[in-house]
Amino acid sequence: MDWFPYFLQQLINGLTLGSIYGLIAIGYTMVYGIIGMVNFAHGDVYMIGAFQAMIVLLLCGTLGISWIPLQLLLMLVVAMVLTAAYGWTVERIAYRPLRGTQRLAPLITAIGMSIFLQNYVQLVQGPRPKPVESLISGGIPVMTRAEGGFVVTLGYMQIIIVLLTVALMAGFTLVITRTSLGRAQRACEQDMKMASLLGVNVDRTISMTFVMGAGLAAIAGSMVTLYYGNNDFYMGFLAGIKAFTAAVLGGIGSLPGAMLGGILLGLIEAMWSAYFSAEYKDVAAFGVLVLVLIFRPTGLLGRPEVEKV
Amino acid sequence: MSANVAAPQAPSVFFQAAKEAFFTAILVAMLSILMVGYQTEVLQGQNMSYVTRFGDVMWAVILVPVGRFLLVLGRSGMLWPPVVLAGAATIYLFGAAVLGLLGLAIYPTLPLPYDQPMVNAIFAVGGLFVVAGAARARRDRTKGAQTFEKREAAEARQAHVAKNLSRILGPILIVVALVIPWTPWGDRALVDSLVLVMTYVMLGWGLNIVVGLAGLLDLGYVAFYAVGAYTYGKLSTSLGLTFWESLPIAGAMAALFGIILGFPVLRLRGDYLAIVTLGFGEIIRIILINWQAFTGGPNGIGNITRVDFFGLPFERNPAPGTESFHTFFGIDFSTTHRVVFLYYVIIALALITNFVTIRLRKMPIGRAWEALREDETACRALGINPTNTKLTAFAIGAMFAGFAGSFFAARQGFVSPESFTFIESAVILAIVVLGGMGSQVGVALAALLLIGLPEVLRDLSLYRMLVFGGVMVLIMLWRPKGLLAYREPTLLLHGRRGKKKAEVPA
Repeated sequence: MDWFPYFLQQLINGLTLGSIYGLIAIGYTMVYGIIGMVNFAHGDVYMIGAFQAMIVLLLCGTLGISWIPLQLLLMLVVAMVLTAAYGWTVERIAYRPLRGTQRLAPLITAIGMSIFLQNYVQLVQGPRPKPVESLISGGIPVMTRAEGGFVVTLGYMQIIIVLLTVALMAGFTLVITRTSLGRAQRACEQDMKMASLLGVNVDRTISMTFVMGAGLAAIAGSMVTLYYGNNDFYMGFLAGIKAFTAAVLGGIGSLPGAMLGGILLGLIEAMWSAYFSAEYKDVAAFGVLVLVLIFRPTGLLGRPEVEKV
Repeated sequence: MSANVAAPQAPSVFFQAAKEAFFTAILVAMLSILMVGYQTEVLQGQNMSYVTRFGDVMWAVILVPVGRFLLVLGRSGMLWPPVVLAGAATIYLFGAAVLGLLGLAIYPTLPLPYDQPMVNAIFAVGGLFVVAGAARARRDRTKGAQTFEKREAAEARQAHVAKNLSRILGPILIVVALVIPWTPWGDRALVDSLVLVMTYVMLGWGLNIVVGLAGLLDLGYVAFYAVGAYTYGKLSTSLGLTFWESLPIAGAMAALFGIILGFPVLRLRGDYLAIVTLGFGEIIRIILINWQAFTGGPNGIGNITRVDFFGLPFERNPAPGTESFHTFFGIDFSTTHRVVFLYYVIIALALITNFVTIRLRKMPIGRAWEALREDETACRALGINPTNTKLTAFAIGAMFAGFAGSFFAARQGFVSPESFTFIESAVILAIVVLGGMGSQVGVALAALLLIGLPEVLRDLSLYRMLVFGGVMVLIMLWRPKGLLAYREPTLLLHGRRGKKKAEVPA
């Protein structure tokens, strides 16, 4: 059982990383479910969320707020609200005018928006990476390996990330299954035209989807700011691609799928870096994606598409 | 539609516009308060501090809602206040920005919202939108509303005219392109930029086979470009092969990669294929970065033999006993020779791509690609093997990327993974889509616009990519089907106005 402590530590790390991927992946999967487009700017919205969270933390320092729970709360709420505004604006400017045109048009505006947002942040916040001092450090020692004194730690930050993700997922599932907004979203997902005929405000429903996705991305961004503490304007790109991979892995369009895909991807990455090579962890992630898609073309939890001729 | 139904008492236009402006103001404040208002700075050590810029936020919160207010007024039919006010603001901001960029002394004496000329110029573009919105509302009132169908029909007509014109225009453009280096404007910098543009024209035409003709969304096209570049890099540095010897090998290598990567994934459809190709693109880049022994890692491969004139290198001081281009022809040495030669090489390569595409379209395989794009299920029913057909498109598209990549390596003299990021794939795809998928002239125009524009804006280094992204969004919004929307089957059963009767098989 000598291998177990090391494995357990990687499991904890992978779960934390996977929760973050899952939170971002929800934004992709919801947008894809409703309007069938890949929102490439979502990764950059997450990046903006991380930056805003970072600025809120700095301001807390200036204002003399030092009680950590309050800092955390302020950071999450402000970053979520302000980043949601970005999500709304991106949809309003770049996607809404293109509804009903050819499928590739919103994909190109999404890529354009992604380039725009990255350079906008580089311009207003500078190109250098921003180190953030960790607010919450330390953790609970879980077990110690007999030889070498390797201690498996469950970091407080890791606990917060996983708990927050679980809470958000639960809340989110409630919104989708129990509220009128969620009902409207599911209606639009099934048939947008029919939903609008039945009085669902399609434009507003889609806007709300982007707002919710951006809010969750902002929370993921805040968590990453606290957990890794190194923000730069380019961080959204890889995280976005990974999260999208997670969404596809779990079956795009499915909420539990996004979470499952995120956690799987996080675990694969953590295990691969631990046991094989850290350089090729992205190759492993994409490799698993390709394998899953070859054998299960609609992802793990996706519904098979019925083809109509 | 329902003109008889009494409309509810419409709130006055001013009230409506004021309401919209108010919401816009709140939104702009939310967007900018933290991101623009506080610029974070990294101090020595690991500490951070910030500088506030509330003045900039204030101007955004004033200017954008005013623009929105005028836009709503203009769209609702009130013409003069929006046009005069927004027009004046546009001219003022834009003029001041241009003067500022030219570094003329008048600039600091004018009161302007921002101290960065480019930011003022961006706001001026907003003013332009207001004027355009008002003009459109006026046209709609005089000529009847522009419906979606009408707009599409108009775009298809324009594209058709362009298609007919391109028979004359194409050769003219080629002649113009050929003589540019000999005209007084054709200095080294311009030709160098044109080489870059032509490289992307070629890549665009290559990707057009995959995306435009076969309808396969490929987000990892740059991987094949990388394969071509690294193939030539390795062949040149380890085996000492020249560019011309390596070119076919690089193309074949890229095509092989196209088949290897394409084989397992081509049964996926649409967006799943897109994400997998994206994944492959990233995998290849990561391997290039990490396989130090073979690819040189992040530093790439250097000292690749530059392109030569069929055996004559462009060297100032050729090795003893050998001749170089200028000694052979007995002219003075000039660095321009190489650039001009590169320019003609890439034009030739691009034209070959174009020619092959046009011919392939008329062959059974080209017909099969277009049929597959329109309806895969029907194709299967007709006995077309979708996997083979898709693989051919993938391999041929990849082959041209391989040629372009090997040209890139011969032009630069060194290759590194940095040149083959996802953003390159995205730009090439944007060129194809913006050009109007399937339209060869459109792709060339889009490449000129998307690659030429950042070259023109090179002086504005910081704003270059910002403007690039913005322009990409704006063009797509302006013409959702691409600059020249031309996507109709090449072959019709009854011909178009009888012109193509000869092609219809009896």
